Amino acid sequence: MIGSGAIKIGEAGEFDYSGSQCLKALKEEGVDSVLVNPNIATIQTSSQFSDHIHFVPVTVESVTKVIEKERPDGILLGFGGQTALNCGIGLSEAGVLDRYGVKVLGTPIRGIQLTEDRDLFKKTMIGCDVPVPRSVAAYSYDEAKKATDELGFPVIIRVAYTLGGKGGGVARNLQELSQIVERGLNSSLAHQVLVEEYLGGWKQIEYEIMRDWGDNSVIICNMENMLGMRVHTGDNIVVAPSQTLTNAEYHLLRTAALRAAKTCGIVGECNIQFALHPGSETYAAIEINARLSRSSALASKATGYPLAYVAAKLALGYHLTELKNRVSGTTTALFEPSLDYLVVKMPRWDTVKFDGAARGIGTSMKSIGEVMAVGRGFEEAIQKAARMANPQQDGVVRAGRPRELSAAISSLEHPSDTIAFDLAEALRAGAREADVAAKSEVDPWFVSKYKNVVDFHSFLESQPPGAVPSKETLARAKKLGFSDRQIGDLLGMGEDRVREARVRLGVTPVTKVIDTLAAEWPSKTNYLYQTFDAAVDEAPPTSGKKVMVLGAGPYRIGSSVEFDWGTMNMAWAMKGLGYEVVVVNCNPETVSTDFDMSDRLYFEELTVERLLAIYDKEKPEGIILCVGGQTPNDLAESLEKRGVRILGTSSQSIETAEDRTKFSALLDRLGIPQPAWGSFRSPAEAATFCSRVGYPVIVRPSHVLSGSAMRVIWDPSELEVYITKAAMVNPAFPVVVSEFVEGAREVEVDAVSDGKNTVIGAIIEHVQDAGIHSGDAIMSIPTVSVGKAAKEKIRVYTRSIARELKARGPLNIQFLVRGASVYVIECNLRASRSLPYVCKATGVNLVDLVAPAIEGGSLKRTTDVEEPKRFAVKAPMFSFLQMDGADPKLGVEMRSTGEVACFGDTFAEALSQAFLATGRRIPKKGDKGIMLLEPWQRSEGVKPLLSRFRVAGIEVQELDEAALGSRMAEVLRAIASGKVSFVLSFNANTNVDSEAFHTVRRKAVDLQVQVLSTKEEAEALLLCVGP
Amino acid sequence: MLTPKRDALLLLEDGSMFFGEGFGEEADSVGEVVFNTGMVGYLESMTDPSYAGQILTFTYPLIGNYGVPPYSARDGFGLPRFFESDSIKVKGVVVQESCDAPSHWASKRTLSKWMESEGVPGIQGVDTRTLVTRLREAGVMMGIIASGRDAKDRARLHELLTKASSYSSQNLASMVSVPGPVVHGGPGPRVVILDCGTKYGIVRNLLRLGFQVVRLPYDSSYSAVMKQDPAGVVVCNGPGDPQLLRNTAKCVGSLIEGEVPVLGICLGEQVIGMSQGAETFKLKYGHRGQNKPCVDLTTGRGYVTSQNHGYAIAEKTMKGTELRQWFVNADDGTIEGVFHASRPCMAVQFHPEATPGPYDTIFVFERFAEMARRGKPLRGEEIRSVKT
Repeated sequence: MIGSGAIKIGEAGEFDYSGSQCLKALKEEGVDSVLVNPNIATIQTSSQFSDHIHFVPVTVESVTKVIEKERPDGILLGFGGQTALNCGIGLSEAGVLDRYGVKVLGTPIRGIQLTEDRDLFKKTMIGCDVPVPRSVAAYSYDEAKKATDELGFPVIIRVAYTLGGKGGGVARNLQELSQIVERGLNSSLAHQVLVEEYLGGWKQIEYEIMRDWGDNSVIICNMENMLGMRVHTGDNIVVAPSQTLTNAEYHLLRTAALRAAKTCGIVGECNIQFALHPGSETYAAIEINARLSRSSALASKATGYPLAYVAAKLALGYHLTELKNRVSGTTTALFEPSLDYLVVKMPRWDTVKFDGAARGIGTSMKSIGEVMAVGRGFEEAIQKAARMANPQQDGVVRAGRPRELSAAISSLEHPSDTIAFDLAEALRAGAREADVAAKSEVDPWFVSKYKNVVDFHSFLESQPPGAVPSKETLARAKKLGFSDRQIGDLLGMGEDRVREARVRLGVTPVTKVIDTLAAEWPSKTNYLYQTFDAAVDEAPPTSGKKVMVLGAGPYRIGSSVEFDWGTMNMAWAMKGLGYEVVVVNCNPETVSTDFDMSDRLYFEELTVERLLAIYDKEKPEGIILCVGGQTPNDLAESLEKRGVRILGTSSQSIETAEDRTKFSALLDRLGIPQPAWGSFRSPAEAATFCSRVGYPVIVRPSHVLSGSAMRVIWDPSELEVYITKAAMVNPAFPVVVSEFVEGAREVEVDAVSDGKNTVIGAIIEHVQDAGIHSGDAIMSIPTVSVGKAAKEKIRVYTRSIARELKARGPLNIQFLVRGASVYVIECNLRASRSLPYVCKATGVNLVDLVAPAIEGGSLKRTTDVEEPKRFAVKAPMFSFLQMDGADPKLGVEMRSTGEVACFGDTFAEALSQAFLATGRRIPKKGDKGIMLLEPWQRSEGVKPLLSRFRVAGIEVQELDEAALGSRMAEVLRAIASGKVSFVLSFNANTNVDSEAFHTVRRKAVDLQVQVLSTKEEAEALLLCVGP
Repeated sequence: MLTPKRDALLLLEDGSMFFGEGFGEEADSVGEVVFNTGMVGYLESMTDPSYAGQILTFTYPLIGNYGVPPYSARDGFGLPRFFESDSIKVKGVVVQESCDAPSHWASKRTLSKWMESEGVPGIQGVDTRTLVTRLREAGVMMGIIASGRDAKDRARLHELLTKASSYSSQNLASMVSVPGPVVHGGPGPRVVILDCGTKYGIVRNLLRLGFQVVRLPYDSSYSAVMKQDPAGVVVCNGPGDPQLLRNTAKCVGSLIEGEVPVLGICLGEQVIGMSQGAETFKLKYGHRGQNKPCVDLTTGRGYVTSQNHGYAIAEKTMKGTELRQWFVNADDGTIEGVFHASRPCMAVQFHPEATPGPYDTIFVFERFAEMARRGKPLRGEEIRSVKT
């Protein structure tokens, strides 16, 4: 089975879900599986899923080697996203599959080609009487231009063989056309784009199809994209089942879907996307994904039907008629789930984290993750979804006054990552429903539901402050999905009082079961959600000893599949200790939300309100929130304050570790060095401190506003700009300034502790010097350059901090090392991003070790894990390409979307594999590079590096701003021609910005030429080139 | 903001009560309470004559989203384009939420207004999943919907419910059949529908295949049918207990005996079963939905079918008859299709015409057409080779 590699925009955790289910199905059938996937944070790359796991790049070259070695009988290409599919086509075209007699299981290569090649697809669809939009395939700009002349603007450019609509877009004029076509041709495997009539304003409807080789086929789920064809489904707000389709429309499209799947010879699962005219039954097929997809993962969670598991069985040759519905346990897999609820999927964007990134959304995907909310009414579901995706929001109505009508309307015409809230705002600003529908291209049905929410919001707002609401008011508010916190804010009475009143009046949620068949048959499932829109709770609490484990919520920058790994490993470990495990999570792209992974799964909000409701109902021994990342960790104090028992490290200790003052005092007490820092309420104080410790310094607002974040400041003038212009310092919100230790190594430790003993899993060394966020750094286990004395200090410090904080659970500490000096910079008393990497690099499952300590016992061992002999190098995956306009620049804020780790006998070997696995190229003799020389950089400073490249036969052209000015066109042409294999631009953490440099870097990103933003990375790349 | 509601009540035979809000007509209505798991198709279901005498619960919570188009909108055959008959046939409707702001190009009014205009009451705000679970566990039963002031007088409602005649004792087919011959379509080979309450979907499919369709009263005699010189006869769907249709069964028996090509659909299958000496039985809570898996035993292929039936042929009683199993329900093993071993006769328990539901078994009509053309049974490879 081929996995999807690192998480990137367009390929996220959904492929961990599909791959895991596939491996589970293989195992059940007694099939020995070989897995290729360098994504070390995934659950599927755990030994219980496959006996032969290869952490190597998903490329034809490296998979060929795996095939040579393992000699598999068959290969599964449909479970690892577009990456696996493309790799499979490559393997087939290179003759590798034939040479080694490897049979493609599931949809054959021909079927994949029919669906992937735009021109073939169109012909195939027309051949089976399924209409398609008018379109022309183009292999050059001239061809694209000619096609556009025929079709007329606007046109949509689609790129063959890419994921998430990468590189495509809507062109409304010649300039946009040339830009998108050039980018598209470069990102297409086949150097092909499709110029297509743009069906903006049409409904976007998807169907998930299961089909076996005997032509038994079913639709598992259909879905309606609320924002229509205008927005890529990955960035759309998606509702399942469709809400505005008649029986005739639903089945017209369903029949076309089955016909199309049959014609393409699908075996297993596929997704088909249609555009449906909103004023007739006219429709067109847009595309087919002949594989598991983001939508299929959503369909699986939305219905409870294990699509990937069944798809794997079908790939092995089963018929649907031979398989059981695993949810009911009695009925057959050959059926179509009936929902008696609806789900709303909402994307999670992080565009604000990228300098220069446009926030508009359109036909190419930009979101990093997503949530799914379940409800009995649309209002309840979308309000839940809004909170799940944006924990700082209380629902679709934002706090505060709405903007003016014209501004509100304008944000509907040009949708951005706030569209879910903008729709409510426009109604609040007084827009008519019909206008909102027309401007936003959202069906009036959805707008009317929004209106119900907005109207009730106004009603609540108009109530006299402090008055306890009536039962009717509360019941209606809850049915419409308002949270206690929002009701409390609007009524001026606080969340807790609303809850008390609500419980007293009997307005409480009930638990309902997701059973795939609308209660028509008895089911054995424990797949649950809560709603206020029903009367009877149908899942009474079990009587066993149990714990609640909180998942990570939506994937986003800084919180991804590694926390699903943590959640599941903790669930398994607690099960092993005899507990029933209740998991709460709201992310459909996860393994932890699979129906058979825990004893009970609540597909629910990770909010105090909802968790209290579940806790009060289930009465567990306590809640475990240290394995799901920052979201659950942040809830510790609020939950504990309300009487919830937190298992593991106490919330006071978590607070001590996270509060800079308290933690600093603790370090002082233990005699552990730390970089100098201070908290300042006036610019003058800050400046005095800076001149004392010397520049550069790191500044961060203590009160994090949206978009404002940590920054490195290099001199007094920057400090002034930062402080005055950004107005970050005032008596209410002090700024924290700390010494930036230049040229230091950054090292981190993942450990587990029971408060007395601490076991260190690994000491990890970053490749880049301190200053690059640990999520964006390349890192190595074992360390490469840290001395024995420093390591000893690191171990001693780790133990004493863990003991002092009475840590009961996993922890991660970050250090700076300069020579033998070791400073502590940060400590997190929870599972870290690097935990799965550490466990897999060393072969020791730390979560398993620490589980007994979480419930009050001791660690299963007390000695540190031995440093492994082989090198495991972890490298970040960036998705700058998908973020229009974003500068591919690194710094103290995290920007990567995923990661890989690869193994090698030497550091260089592991490193080059990791580079390749994140889509970089290792330059070879004769290649060319470009070096952008920043104004503060002196040519002499980089001479040694450049001459080492030269020795390796790689010519690097040095360009300062002046030189670039006159040669810009030439440089851009060189990048476009593919002659440049990398761009060096050592601008990490700088605040100076050269527009010309930005243009070059962005061009490189658009054409997928790697940009290296630190000298250490460039040196690492050289190391891979070899002597 | 908290608009006053019209309180409503659904009272079941077993005493369970479901409170909610009235919509549609403000009236009492007694019927057998059943549920359908389809997520679309309320227009088709509510006008399906097979639901006569029943209160229909939709398991999907949001109903009425695409509103109600006018009956005057016609399809290419001159039949109402969006409906299965000319009026609402259900006795009442139970939903979680009835949509007051529908959105669809064809819609002219809301579900509630439509029901009101035809005197049909509804109740919303019901925890329909709990109701379904009750019906699944206890079996379908009689119930009464009441709203407004009437809902308060529970003693009266109990009495009304107790006094009402049971579902299976009512000759419902007689209420939804035609009084005399009704002709659809121009000249062509003629198919007679023995109309126990036909859905227009069946008529449409026969017209599509070039037949002229003559609907005759459900209890027409053999000679009355033969007078039409039929190329084939369809014994169609309809409401009620098939045991009340002994005369129809007798007529059908003669047709089969006379080698007239016969297709049975739903109730029609049960009638054909009876005509050949098999017995029918009542399912605990019926099959009503669009996701029902059926396997063709002659090929092993499975299909997703649309179903609406509360009765079925009892498999054991087929022994000794000339009927052979054609389709089986993959979930519970009940009979979903039969064919005659020596005569041109086939029947399905599901709805090949769909509307509402999937069109996967629409080929049944093609096979019937082929059978009618040849005037003799198809079998084995022949059945399979008919172009679908």
